[in-house]
Amino acid sequence: MKDKFKIGKYEFKSRFILGSGKFNLELIKSAIENANAEIITMALRRINTETDNILNFIPKNIKILPNTSGARNADEALRIALIARELSGADMIKIEVIKDSKYLLPDNYETTKAVEKLANKGFVPMPYMYPDLTAARDMQNAGAACIMPLGAPIGTNKGLITKDFIQILIEEIDLPIIVDAGIGKPSEAACAMEMGAEAVMANTAIATSGNIQTMAKAFKLAIEAGRLAYLAKLGKTNDFAQASSPLTGFLR
Amino acid sequence: MQNKYFSDMEIIESDIEDKILNITNNTDFSKFKEDDVIYALKKDTCTIDDFCALISPVAKKFIEQIAAKAKSERERFFGKNVYFFTPLYISNYCENHCVYCGFNCKNNIKRAKLSFNEIENELIAIKKTGLEEILILTGESRKMSDINYIAKAIGLAKKYFKNIGLEIYPINTNEYNYLHKSGADYITVFQETYNKETYKANHLKGHKSIYSYRINAQERALKGNMRGVGFGALLGLGDYMKDTLSTALHIYFLQKKYPKGEFAVSVPRLRPTVTNLNITPIDVGELELLQIMCAYRIFLPYVNMTISTRERAEFRDNAVKIAATKISAGVSTGIGEHAHKKEGDNQFEIADPRSVKEIYTALKNIGMQPVMNEYVWV
Repeated sequence: MKDKFKIGKYEFKSRFILGSGKFNLELIKSAIENANAEIITMALRRINTETDNILNFIPKNIKILPNTSGARNADEALRIALIARELSGADMIKIEVIKDSKYLLPDNYETTKAVEKLANKGFVPMPYMYPDLTAARDMQNAGAACIMPLGAPIGTNKGLITKDFIQILIEEIDLPIIVDAGIGKPSEAACAMEMGAEAVMANTAIATSGNIQTMAKAFKLAIEAGRLAYLAKLGKTNDFAQASSPLTGFLR
Repeated sequence: MQNKYFSDMEIIESDIEDKILNITNNTDFSKFKEDDVIYALKKDTCTIDDFCALISPVAKKFIEQIAAKAKSERERFFGKNVYFFTPLYISNYCENHCVYCGFNCKNNIKRAKLSFNEIENELIAIKKTGLEEILILTGESRKMSDINYIAKAIGLAKKYFKNIGLEIYPINTNEYNYLHKSGADYITVFQETYNKETYKANHLKGHKSIYSYRINAQERALKGNMRGVGFGALLGLGDYMKDTLSTALHIYFLQKKYPKGEFAVSVPRLRPTVTNLNITPIDVGELELLQIMCAYRIFLPYVNMTISTRERAEFRDNAVKIAATKISAGVSTGIGEHAHKKEGDNQFEIADPRSVKEIYTALKNIGMQPVMNEYVWV
């Protein structure tokens, strides 16, 4: 079965996007392999170094997805994206605009402006956002290639605490919805996929687990299972029990 | 009680000082019981009251549990990353009379101020060690190291380094903005002690004697567009629990007011100086120091935390695993020692003289990830 997913002009088989910020560099390669990931995100500011550059630890066949972490407004996001494209040639850019150093919650307003600026410069913008339908629509209209709502504040491993709002985005937005940030367990990644998310991104859940390779694999399997369940269409849930010998079965 | 502002000092509208002192002055650390510590450790979010419980004397016996909680917070925010930097002292001239400091203008020490040529040689020598972040320091003398001198030093540092921080005398908003535009994005100002009387007794004259101008330095820097600001009390100078609380509150309230700013905290203990070898931190042993660091990490999980070369190597290596995120390496606190022979005396004695390479290897061996730069100038 060919079940690929598209972001802009790019096609991928793996629906697991790996974050990179919290890994020990030597462990990244095996995490990628066990996750069977094709895309790995990284902050441009993280690759702005001469010693132990994370890029040297990524297998060549893996797509690098630079993010604009460190940007506090749309203009800074654009400047970072331009540097990233110059350095790595990447046109897929994950937009992160954050004005809060404590919770690291994205600024939807500035992010929307950044989507427009990047789209106008020929990028494939992938905005990280707080799951708000109006903002997601604006980002879609501004030229976003996908929408990346957070499941919970980044790094918290709290799972899909914004589940109902992500479901609304899945129903209403005609772009891939990629759940980004907050996912703490494979079961939560499976849940997001069952709901109809196109892909899931994770980092902290794996990087802070007891065994990085095994957890990467657990996430891969969960994402695949969730995707299959979505494609198979889940059985309906009912509010009432359905007795096999109904009370009202005598009615003619 | 406080001396008046000097005429060249900018006054800003700020309620931060009052907010800090209101809480600190009304906190009695002896009132906390074991149950308060256990309660603080169980919770997901740490309140000001929980923080007080964690630094109180009764919490000492829970240091293992406190460390475990701090470590998980550290990994949640920073993973295994440890950020490297080194300080570069470009001048040790000082106009202040700080009773405890080696650079005190009354002290008979060798003074020096590097020429731009000498600064560049120092920068080149440091660059060779693989470092990409530098902290430029001066003694607190506007006369001997004026803003233009510092701006030019920043300009030189930009040629070799990706991330430039400053530890200089407090200045006005427009001056912070000028230095930000010159290429520096982080400033640290140590309040030393937040207790006004202790502050006055230790800072006899000079610009530094003006408590309120100093305490508002970080806010002026944020208004002047600096990306990040650093804080610290000199532990052992006053009541260390109160100073720790005040430092935490200083960050807490400024973060609320300037949420996009980045925040950092340092935990220096008093060290012997060239002119006073008898200074030792009495109240703050290694246990208390680690307790303070862990409590900061739990209450303010998002802050960068620097561990000074004032501490010994084994303590530093363990501290970055549990709570700290930044480590200085290849440190000299004298003037001009990186490239030449020493021209000016040191500010304090260091306890961890290891090179960048040695610390890099030591941290790798305990599973941490040294990071030379994670910053981009926008």
